Amino acid sequence: MNSQEALAYPLVRRAGLNGMLVSFDSSLSEASNRAALAFGSAVEALPLEGVVETMASLASVFVRFDPADLRHEALEAALETLLTARNWLQAPLPAGRRFWRVPTVYGTDLAPQLGEAADAAGLSEAQAIESLGAARVRVLTIGFAPGQPYLGSLGPEWNLPRQTELTPMVPRGALVQAISQFVLFSNPAPTGWRHVGQTGLTLFQPGAAQPFALRPGDEMQFEPVSKPDFLKHCEDEPLLGGAIVAEIAA
Amino acid sequence: MSGLKILRIGPAASVQDTGRPGLLGQGVSQGGAADPLALAEGAALLRQDPGLAALEMGGMGGEFEATGPLRIALTGAPMAATLEGEPLAWNASHRMEAGQRLSIGAARRGVYGYLHLGGGIASEPLLGSRAVHLMAGLGRAAAAGDLLPADSDRNNETGLVLAAENRFQGGELRIVESFQSGLFPEPVRTRFAATAFRRGGRANRMGVEMVSDGEGFAADGQLNILSEVILPGDVQMTGDGKPFVLLRECQTTGGYPRIGTVLPCDLPRVAQAQAGAALRFCWIGLEQALEIQAKFEKSLKGLPAACRPLVRDPAVLRDLLSYQLISGAVSAEADPFATGETA
Repeated sequence: MNSQEALAYPLVRRAGLNGMLVSFDSSLSEASNRAALAFGSAVEALPLEGVVETMASLASVFVRFDPADLRHEALEAALETLLTARNWLQAPLPAGRRFWRVPTVYGTDLAPQLGEAADAAGLSEAQAIESLGAARVRVLTIGFAPGQPYLGSLGPEWNLPRQTELTPMVPRGALVQAISQFVLFSNPAPTGWRHVGQTGLTLFQPGAAQPFALRPGDEMQFEPVSKPDFLKHCEDEPLLGGAIVAEIAA
Repeated sequence: MSGLKILRIGPAASVQDTGRPGLLGQGVSQGGAADPLALAEGAALLRQDPGLAALEMGGMGGEFEATGPLRIALTGAPMAATLEGEPLAWNASHRMEAGQRLSIGAARRGVYGYLHLGGGIASEPLLGSRAVHLMAGLGRAAAAGDLLPADSDRNNETGLVLAAENRFQGGELRIVESFQSGLFPEPVRTRFAATAFRRGGRANRMGVEMVSDGEGFAADGQLNILSEVILPGDVQMTGDGKPFVLLRECQTTGGYPRIGTVLPCDLPRVAQAQAGAALRFCWIGLEQALEIQAKFEKSLKGLPAACRPLVRDPAVLRDLLSYQLISGAVSAEADPFATGETA
């Protein structure tokens, strides 16, 4: 087994000492993400003693369990059975989704890697801003850091590899890009993705009643604004940075 | 309420407990003490719950003043400790009176030392835990002027000592295959286990860099794989094929491939390795790994019964008291000249 292409999906594999990973594809697609979100909820509803927590990721579901209460073989069998219960690739998206429109500065000193990413995508900076700013993307999963979304999918021209060297630090609200996705940073962090835009949106407030702003299935659009307009938004609304939220009708 | 006022403190000290399991889906990794064994040892020495919070001190300690009578325990990386100038035994419990000053120096071996209070540190919990999680923006590092309040303490036993497993000088890390191991060609996995590593210069509560001579450890399709869940203990290869062992405060997902997962019971050895310490990986099968981990968890439950009284013989010079730390508990693997931690 030297490449994921040789594997047949969906696939149940062992993760470390006390985890199981159910993958619906080796690459991200609308359907594989839809399947992961629905399957994750279904695993949580299983009456299985020993399951500690589950996490739906881009195209997979992770299940952490206590091997003292639940044997690997028993969990594997339960997951295989659940996989056959329906066509997960056609499962509905979660209820209560929202659409976020987020004012974003592309490029400038606030997001210095736009030019580099545009070059790699074979676009001018203006074309890159038009393409990224028009994309309506979905929260595929929350991960890496608290409340932080992976967003997709962008067009194939944005299927760019990660950098070989990490960018030492991007600020809160940084919009970074790689492999046909965005990530919007909830806290300052190093990243292997390119910093193409900057927003003023706060995704995680530890002390608040609702600490996490986004949910998987929410949709977002990062609308281009000038740097002065962006700074004004941040001053007027320090937590939202001018973002507008609306319910998506079911 | 009794507590400790921080008069002076190193740059990498923070309140830690067993962390926040259950928030992976929100992007919050479990976090908690970098050396959970030290947390359990402190709880055993103070005869209290292992879930209580303690102060974790990375590399160096600080100076503290008791605001009332309280019990303390010192565990993890051995550091020079004095109470009102008198040396204190490490991996032991002690009593402090109001106004007394405790001074804790730099780590002699290892990285993370722990200062436990009787009753536990009663800082404000966030999302169900007191563990500071810097990467998640939960809480902040301890600073001079902070008060570490002790919760009510129903016990008054002190003067106990516990033999510490020597996990402070690197060594062998047992590792199991995980779902991305197959991305690494068999010869790469074999070479990985045959390689002598040293702890690199980049290390924190999220992960620890491993450096070696010779080429890196690349996976097929290294830069284009889908981001997937990260487990503590995962050995991740960055773009240049350099391994990092990820600890419990790591990010929850990531796209750099993981060659395998170090057993949870061997992670204190990773966290406590000083820069330059020699480390090696050893592949083992899942069944064997489960047995080893279960045995470790059982040994944690045996810690309270393993505590012994600090020997206080009035005929012995006072500064020799602290020499009793390792009485009757020298490991067969230990270097006899490297143990015997004294103040």
